[in-house]
Amino acid sequence: MIKFEGEHLLPGQLGHFFVILALVTSLISLISFFNASRIDQIEEKNQWLKFARINFFIQAFSIIAIFSTIFFICFHHYYEYMYAYKHASKELEPKFLLACIWEGQEGSFLLWAIWHSLLGVFIISIKNKDYKNTWQAPVLTVISMAQFFLMLMILGIYFFDIRIGNSPFTLTRNEIPAPIFSQTNYLTFLKDGMGLNVLLRNYWMVIHPPILFLGFASTIVPFAFAYAGIQTKKYGEWIKPVLPWALFSACVLGVGIMMGGKWAYESLSFGGYWAWDPVENASLVPWLILIAGVHTMLIYKATGHSLRASYFFSILTFVFVLYSTFLTRTGILGDTSVHAFTEAGKAINVMIGLLVLSFALPMLSLFFIHYKKIPAIIKEEETSSREFWMFMGSLILFISSLFIIIITSIPVYSKTPFLKDLIIKIHNGPLAMPEDAEFIYNKVMIMVAIILGFITATTQYLKYKATPSAYLIKNIKYPLIIAIILCISISILYPFTFHKHGAGFLVAIYIAFFCSVYAVVANAMYIPLVLKNNFKSASASISHIGFSLMIAGMLISSSNKQVISDSKVNGITLPLSNDAMAKKQDNPTENLTLIRQMPTRMGDYEVTYLKDSMGNEKGRSFYALQFEKKEKNNKKIDESFKLQPDVYLMKDNNMSSNPDTKSFLTKDVFTYISFAMNKERNADTAQFKVVEIGEGDTGFYRNGYYILNKVVKNPNNEKYHYNPNSIALMADITFVSRDSMRYRSTPLVEADSMGILQYDDTVYAQNLFVKFVGVSDHHKIKIGIKESDSLIDFVTVKSYIFPYINLVWLGLVIMAFGIMMSSLKRAEINPKLASIILTLVSAGLIYMFLLAN
Amino acid sequence: MKKTSIIILIGIAALIVSLLLFSVDFSTYDTIASARKKEGKFVHLIAKLDKTQSITYDPINNPNFLSFYIVDSLGEKSKVVYHNSKPGDLEKSERIVLKGKMGKDYFDCKDILLKCPSKYKDDKKVLEKSMKEQTASN
Repeated sequence: MIKFEGEHLLPGQLGHFFVILALVTSLISLISFFNASRIDQIEEKNQWLKFARINFFIQAFSIIAIFSTIFFICFHHYYEYMYAYKHASKELEPKFLLACIWEGQEGSFLLWAIWHSLLGVFIISIKNKDYKNTWQAPVLTVISMAQFFLMLMILGIYFFDIRIGNSPFTLTRNEIPAPIFSQTNYLTFLKDGMGLNVLLRNYWMVIHPPILFLGFASTIVPFAFAYAGIQTKKYGEWIKPVLPWALFSACVLGVGIMMGGKWAYESLSFGGYWAWDPVENASLVPWLILIAGVHTMLIYKATGHSLRASYFFSILTFVFVLYSTFLTRTGILGDTSVHAFTEAGKAINVMIGLLVLSFALPMLSLFFIHYKKIPAIIKEEETSSREFWMFMGSLILFISSLFIIIITSIPVYSKTPFLKDLIIKIHNGPLAMPEDAEFIYNKVMIMVAIILGFITATTQYLKYKATPSAYLIKNIKYPLIIAIILCISISILYPFTFHKHGAGFLVAIYIAFFCSVYAVVANAMYIPLVLKNNFKSASASISHIGFSLMIAGMLISSSNKQVISDSKVNGITLPLSNDAMAKKQDNPTENLTLIRQMPTRMGDYEVTYLKDSMGNEKGRSFYALQFEKKEKNNKKIDESFKLQPDVYLMKDNNMSSNPDTKSFLTKDVFTYISFAMNKERNADTAQFKVVEIGEGDTGFYRNGYYILNKVVKNPNNEKYHYNPNSIALMADITFVSRDSMRYRSTPLVEADSMGILQYDDTVYAQNLFVKFVGVSDHHKIKIGIKESDSLIDFVTVKSYIFPYINLVWLGLVIMAFGIMMSSLKRAEINPKLASIILTLVSAGLIYMFLLAN
Repeated sequence: MKKTSIIILIGIAALIVSLLLFSVDFSTYDTIASARKKEGKFVHLIAKLDKTQSITYDPINNPNFLSFYIVDSLGEKSKVVYHNSKPGDLEKSERIVLKGKMGKDYFDCKDILLKCPSKYKDDKKVLEKSMKEQTASN
């Protein structure tokens, strides 16, 4: 056996040991919790419980140990480990170290497992008697089972010829067949890792995966309680303890999804926060079902109806979380998604498939077997009752989620045997999304928004059981009237201008906007009108206000999104010279080239590309763009700001672009670099032409003439700082181009003890390099001028205005606040603690979504 | 109105939606040859960049005109015109998914999805290549 130099093998062995320990203890705790749940005799039950808890604690500790080990390996850049080599690199800022752990499959499974452990430990530590005697055993059975599966995913042990799971502790030399590994000192050559994908180097990437995974992980609790309800045969009693959990999960998952949206908006260049990308849809679907479930649970608590639906939705939420794991991690989405994980091997795909099935199938069959035993009220709800319309709302949510997942799963159909052949036969080829993939979702979801907006507004004013119509009319007329007035005035002052899909769709947008405004107003007025300003019971109204405000914000910011980098307004761009087809184009082009120092009109702004500068990391450049908005009459600048979008330019001309956004209260100006030149490839071959010139003299260049205004001795201005004792001369030259644009240039020459130093100046807009060559006789100086073709420094940008996008984030924060408030109230947490938690959560969310930029 | 009848109504609505979906012109994955047979129809092509031909992109003249050549797995070639900026990693891409319509002279592309090796860290071949590059430069 060869001994390699400089390897640190201990952390890996330790990590691997903890993986196995966690696997074994989770299996033991699964079995013992299961046994405990089936035994009625208190003493024996408690013995099993105690044993199970110890094992669960050990597995929780082990998982945290595994995570710490991976962190340690990446932190110390131990590239002998594959995980560090693949995901870490030395130039990476420390804050991204966590991001590089969850960049990989193994790391994100681990993150999930950590949350399961913490949730499990939390549930064990709840002192409530019902929890201890009834719910703990069955609920933890399910969580332990999930842990067992997740540990299998990162086990990495060969079983005959099949590798079970991918271990994060494999060694680089065992994974990659390269000749270098025959040398015992290979590590001295392995100086740096591949590093974090540049798209992921954004602070949202550090915080959004943990929140999203907490959301995913917490959906196991309602699922586990549904199991507990059937297992203990206390069919209806699980609803009360599970409600706070379901609400918590709804809050966290909702926030996590929108954080993902905010990440996409801020760091990806697909121009928005939501693109109906399969990966986004896969996390939205469980959330929609969960919200449906929360509402049916509330119905059950108030009236005894909808218990079966509560079971069904609780089960499906987690099943769809698992299914979304399957979609995003098996590489099955491959050609359809921008940011799905890539395929990590057949064996792991089979395992993920097994994970989905081994939770979905037993639980769904359990549900259907016991379906008849789950109590249900035979008498139907009154049409005027609140529960009836709440149920309808849930149903709409559920159907819309089914619709989304059916479309999202299109790539799956083409990989399913038989179905695949059938599709090819009928459709004349493998099924792919239509030309406007987003519209297919939007045109259905806008109907959903209309119905939901209307139901959330009106249902609040209905009573459980039955509502006298006089009561409804008395209360609802004011919100309705106010909403109508509000909507009409907004429509007149700020009409929607989304004509892409015709008048019908525009009308639908208006109706949806009205419904969401109506929902905001009705829910807000519900607090004084019906609740008599009792804020403690206003959590539902607050959540609904947030949700509806978010929808309203989405409608405005998407419908009235404005492309300001439209090439049509561009003065420089030669009108489509080499593009014969251009005249037939229906959608306007969206890219605009900005030449350095040359102000260019973009919408209401005049934009100047000032300069580029290097970032801390290799290959990262920032481009400073000055935006100025001038008053029409006196040209006074009344809005001025600088944006610094950046680009990672790799040595092979690979490029990744990060947008920059200026946020105003009422709009965002969003800009990213869609093309940037790679400097190194642009060698300049032109020569300086030297001329002799005196103060006040003029000369000519290719595109105009220039004047030497004066020669300044030891200048002290914003650019140069010399004291009277220095020996420095600055030439002040004005270049006037044929189109009468004036550009100032100030090259300088300095003599000190070291010799002569020249500071050249550039007039990018005119392709000029200007050099102060020296002094000659008769008060004349020598100026070198270089006119270059390759000098043109430019960037191509795309720029959008998103109006009122802050409504989306504000709505989200309000919704999260409302749901959290409801969760804490139903968990009967003492009010002081609850208000502290709420304050912290809302402060954090406001900071993250609205202030930090 | 009874709950069941409302549910039936919603069921009918769902049915209408699904029928509407069927009427939506879903696209297909095609080869260059089969796309030529459906000229003017919106299709998805999976191909590679034809590196023997040059890429035309002159952002100073027109940042919204890109043209290049592709070759698919059957060896068929086609010119592509894309009215947008050049995706940064086009040259580096291993596989390109192009969405658009086949015309007489070229493929009029509406959207490009690149599959780049940098995104494929889990691919063994990519790892080998990156390892070779790194250790060779030392």
